[in-house]
Amino acid sequence: MAAVSMRLPVARKPARPSASRSGEKHLVAPGDTITTDTGYMRGHGTYVEEEKLIASVAGAVERVNKLVCVKALKTRYNGEVGDIVVGRITEVQQKRWKVETNSRLDSVLLLSSMNLPGGELRRRSAEDELAMRDYLQEGDLISAEVQSVFSDGAVSLHTRSLKYGKLGQGVLVQVSPSLVKRQKTHFHDLPCGASVILGNNGFIWIYPTPEQREEEAGGFTTNLEPVPLSDREVISRLRNCIVALVTEKLMLFDTSILYCYEASLPHQIKDILKPEVMEEIVLETRQRLLDLEG
Amino acid sequence: MAAAELLSDEGYRLDGRRPNELRKVRARMGVFEQADGSAYIEQGNTKALAVVYGPHELRGSRSRALPDRALVHCQYSLAAFSTSERRRRPPHGDRQTAELALHLRQTFEAAILTQLYPRSQIDIYVQILQADGGNYCAGVNAATLALMDAGIPMKDFVCASSAGLAADTALADLSWPEEAAGGPQLALALLPASGQIALLQLSARLHQQRLELALEAALAACRSLHAVLDAVVRERLRQASQALGD
Repeated sequence: MAAVSMRLPVARKPARPSASRSGEKHLVAPGDTITTDTGYMRGHGTYVEEEKLIASVAGAVERVNKLVCVKALKTRYNGEVGDIVVGRITEVQQKRWKVETNSRLDSVLLLSSMNLPGGELRRRSAEDELAMRDYLQEGDLISAEVQSVFSDGAVSLHTRSLKYGKLGQGVLVQVSPSLVKRQKTHFHDLPCGASVILGNNGFIWIYPTPEQREEEAGGFTTNLEPVPLSDREVISRLRNCIVALVTEKLMLFDTSILYCYEASLPHQIKDILKPEVMEEIVLETRQRLLDLEG
Repeated sequence: MAAAELLSDEGYRLDGRRPNELRKVRARMGVFEQADGSAYIEQGNTKALAVVYGPHELRGSRSRALPDRALVHCQYSLAAFSTSERRRRPPHGDRQTAELALHLRQTFEAAILTQLYPRSQIDIYVQILQADGGNYCAGVNAATLALMDAGIPMKDFVCASSAGLAADTALADLSWPEEAAGGPQLALALLPASGQIALLQLSARLHQQRLELALEAALAACRSLHAVLDAVVRERLRQASQALGD
């Protein structure tokens, strides 16, 4: 008989009063006038009424020369060319797939932007169209890159490289897009024994590191071999660490995830989700990151 | 009428408030992690929860998508345990909740900058957990906070308050016994910075000369409420920016 543990919620004191620079930030709520100077250009999160620049979202004002914009705390993903995203297929349409990427409109993956198995380059025929469902079905997860952005904000994806394609066994963590740091590469093989894809849209994919890179597969054949227990434990621990980092609002990048993983090793995997353990681990991670910088 | 009971000779209402005094407001943003935006508000004993999803692609009928702006879809519901007698309400089709959902939609279509999101949909779900008067207004206030939590651009806050009359004195923020007394009730949704009224609803008949009185009381109540909600939003911003400070 397994023991059951119960915890009662209690109001916790707010986080450490560290030397924060929030005094410098100009925080606004919708309806606040940012400036009445007409020389400024309005950016995202603002609108103009009667020669006044007024905020339309709740957030911090960012001023770049003459451009004023307000960055909201939490938004859906806004696609930009060159971003790596992880998405889920929602629909199979005539010559394209609709992919859900946590943005305000579903993204589009055209059949012509998809790699064919074997990496062949040829014109897509009618048979390819009919065989679309054999490649990707509703519910499949893919990794792709943003090719272009339509005028209404919808994003067009492509998987024209062998590193993109259908994702096999692993764990998906959905976080806010603003917490994923922009880096040169978003595919990381962590030394602890798992690999991670940090999608710019906030979808994080953790999977066991493949033994050898299959060059000819082109990302369609999913590896369905059983994953050993040690790999599963590493993946679970990473997943809990990412959840801890997100709860404490720390930016996600390979170094922060790795430091958090190392800080969590003394604890059991399931204990990482307890609030006090989360605080402790993330505090240690923050410390190490500060030491790294300074 | 019951006007004499609503206001005592010393000028106190049934729950001890002054005529222009609001009930105690407690609000919190970011109650749920899964939704894009969420907020919880308590005005006296009235408790309202609002959850916002969006903007996202329309699910189901794509034909309803508007080519130049976002579709705002609202749902307003009263929990079965919200009133003194447990009453199971049908999930859709209750005339009153359908009407209030329509009012919510009209109110927020006026406040949200929908032109920024063509062909997408914004869902606002309001649930009243405890109904003690001013249910719709509490729902509007909660939805405002939830929309700000979701980062959806709005022209301004939308603050709503109810008002009524007892003889010649206007009462602000009616509680349930005051609503049940049967006098005229005004529900007002205001955009405070510009002073524009998003929704004005009056039930029962009211003499034109008295309308100004009730309207003024409701406007003043909305402005005080704006100050409270503004403080809640700034506190949340401060906490979040402190956490993200590095």
